[in-house]
Amino acid sequence: MDFILPAVLSLGLISIISAIVLYIVSKKFEVREDPRIAEIQAILPAANCGGCGYPGCSGFAAACVAASSLDGLLCPVGGAATMTRLAGILGKTVERSDPRIAVLHCNGRCEKRPRLNRYDGLSVCAAASLLYGGETGCSYGCLGMGDCVAVCNFNAIRIHPETLLPEIDEARCTACGACAKACPKQLIRMLKKGPDSHRVYVACMNKEKGAVARKACAAACIACSKCVKICVSQAITLENNLARIDEEKCILCGQCVAECPTSAIVEHIKNKIESC
Amino acid sequence: MLKTFHIGGIHPPECKLSAGGKPVVLPVPGQVVIPLSQHAGAPAKLLVAKGDEVRTGMLIAEASGFISARIHSSVSGVVSKIDDVADAGGYRKQAVVIDVKDDVWEDAILREGQTLPTDDLPAEEIIERIKKAGIVGLGGAMFPTHVKLTPPPGCKADVLIINGAECEPYLTADHALMLEKSEEILTGVRLLMQACQVERACIGIENNKRDAIEKLSALAPHYPGVEIVPLKVCYPQGGEKQLIDAITGRRVASGALPISEGAIVDNIGTVFAVYEAIVRNKPLIERVVSVTGKQIKNPCNLRVRIGTPVRHLIEYAGGLPEDTGKIIGGGPMMGRALINADIPVTKGTSGILLIASQEAQRQSSRNCIRCAKCVAICCMGLEPNYLMNISEFKQWELMKKNRVMDCIECGSCSYTCPAHRPILDHIRMGKNEVRKQEARNA
Repeated sequence: MDFILPAVLSLGLISIISAIVLYIVSKKFEVREDPRIAEIQAILPAANCGGCGYPGCSGFAAACVAASSLDGLLCPVGGAATMTRLAGILGKTVERSDPRIAVLHCNGRCEKRPRLNRYDGLSVCAAASLLYGGETGCSYGCLGMGDCVAVCNFNAIRIHPETLLPEIDEARCTACGACAKACPKQLIRMLKKGPDSHRVYVACMNKEKGAVARKACAAACIACSKCVKICVSQAITLENNLARIDEEKCILCGQCVAECPTSAIVEHIKNKIESC
Repeated sequence: MLKTFHIGGIHPPECKLSAGGKPVVLPVPGQVVIPLSQHAGAPAKLLVAKGDEVRTGMLIAEASGFISARIHSSVSGVVSKIDDVADAGGYRKQAVVIDVKDDVWEDAILREGQTLPTDDLPAEEIIERIKKAGIVGLGGAMFPTHVKLTPPPGCKADVLIINGAECEPYLTADHALMLEKSEEILTGVRLLMQACQVERACIGIENNKRDAIEKLSALAPHYPGVEIVPLKVCYPQGGEKQLIDAITGRRVASGALPISEGAIVDNIGTVFAVYEAIVRNKPLIERVVSVTGKQIKNPCNLRVRIGTPVRHLIEYAGGLPEDTGKIIGGGPMMGRALINADIPVTKGTSGILLIASQEAQRQSSRNCIRCAKCVAICCMGLEPNYLMNISEFKQWELMKKNRVMDCIECGSCSYTCPAHRPILDHIRMGKNEVRKQEARNA
């Protein structure tokens, strides 16, 4: 039995020394995290989409706590409701931002944009756009290989089987902006969702002169400036042969939509795309 | 034993259908389209306006920056419009459209047979004349030659390497030029040696061009310092770094320029352009183009004015075969499909290759079987299969660490892959992302 005592003693001694070392180390190298970070993280949607510009929800939570004001910080997925709750936790105020949504700025469906050649390479827009301008005469338009679909974390985009253009699901899109970053032609932009999903935008990015753009695509903006003249709120300007609608000035009267000869200006009402 | 580079390499079927043919001068077309961006770097700045009369060899656009090149009119006539015109990839870029009238040359250009004295020209003078003539690398990369000949401070070239490898299957333009203009090319090499002040120049020629090797070797003793080096037939022998390795045994480090190893590499076509610029005062307004393909009636080498629509070349060679799948600008390995046949010939068009639909069709990609063929043949010692895998997961940082920027896009990996995986497409995408990241960080 005389082997029990030294064993108990030596083990006991080792554990006491370890306990002291661990205690000192844990005190010395303690990382004090603001408890509010965990609290905020709990109310964030945990989508980790990166739409806010920070690496995941925890990164955004830490940024919110560290920031002196919440201006410029927005969780696009949670939207205004989440931001208000978040501001409540931090005791800060948040400016109300309008909900946004991803909008495709191309209306070059198959019947409007004739295919002039055939691409048989890697079916990724980023790869194709490095090689050439695309299968149609418009080098600004949608390539239709779905880089935006692949990056969407919310299953909000699909390639429409008939138009072969990406279609964005109103209900699912959180305006995180991942698709806008993925599109090599910069065709997707985050626009204001508008009252009752009512919005008017130019669904074209073709910067060619009218005749050239029209030849490539029947739905192209031909820079005729009819919309500029008819707009009552001076919201439309022409830049680089392309009409641009200022979201702040637009009153959604829809006159430009009726005036546009190529239906490049699209009016979105509820869940239905209306174009003349 | 024949010299060659030491890492990787493949030997695709040579298919040099147009070999042996002397370059035929293609009649000047009714209209030419001269793009202002025919070189690496900034597009040239326009000097003419609509309605202006131009003569053959007249300067129509000035270089706009350090890396840029002049552009000259390749025909005489009237500028009918200045407009954006689709390039080979369908992106519209500024170009000068000229309606041809007669063929009146600038007075300063000497006609065939006349020569200017070239002895004891100082190096600066030669480089200046090359710059004035708008000469760019005619192998396809279109890098302004005068920039290449002006090494960065602290670097000194000790050997000039002339690329007569023409390792791409089908292409024979350089071969034809070497046979037709042997003496001119050797004189051009001497002039380039003078320009970069080196005592030694090597012309590397693949061994499938025996006639060119023999002809140049017989003449070379009259040109001190010029050596003819026969090379093993192996793709991509004509890659800059591969050629330096093959001829001198020196390895250019990752990310470094050939000048870091004291070498300057120029293409045969470029050498001939330099000869014409200095001896005949003629700017770069025409080049030799191979028009070839298995279906085409009369594969040939044509001397073509820059800006001639590709359609004219194909018509001369017997017309567009019924079953054409792709029209490729360049060779089958590195060339790119043209969007249509109205694309003009530019300074970098080394060949027009017509491929039948069935051969042009890419096969559907299957899973990687880990045979490592792509690793074995990669001439830059990369792991193409791994690069493709990480590109699929968008690991751009990791791609950069794995030296993706070293890739010369020779296409051997995609060619050799038994599972037909689009390896190069993925690598190219990764390179683009890495480049974007570097631009952001800069």
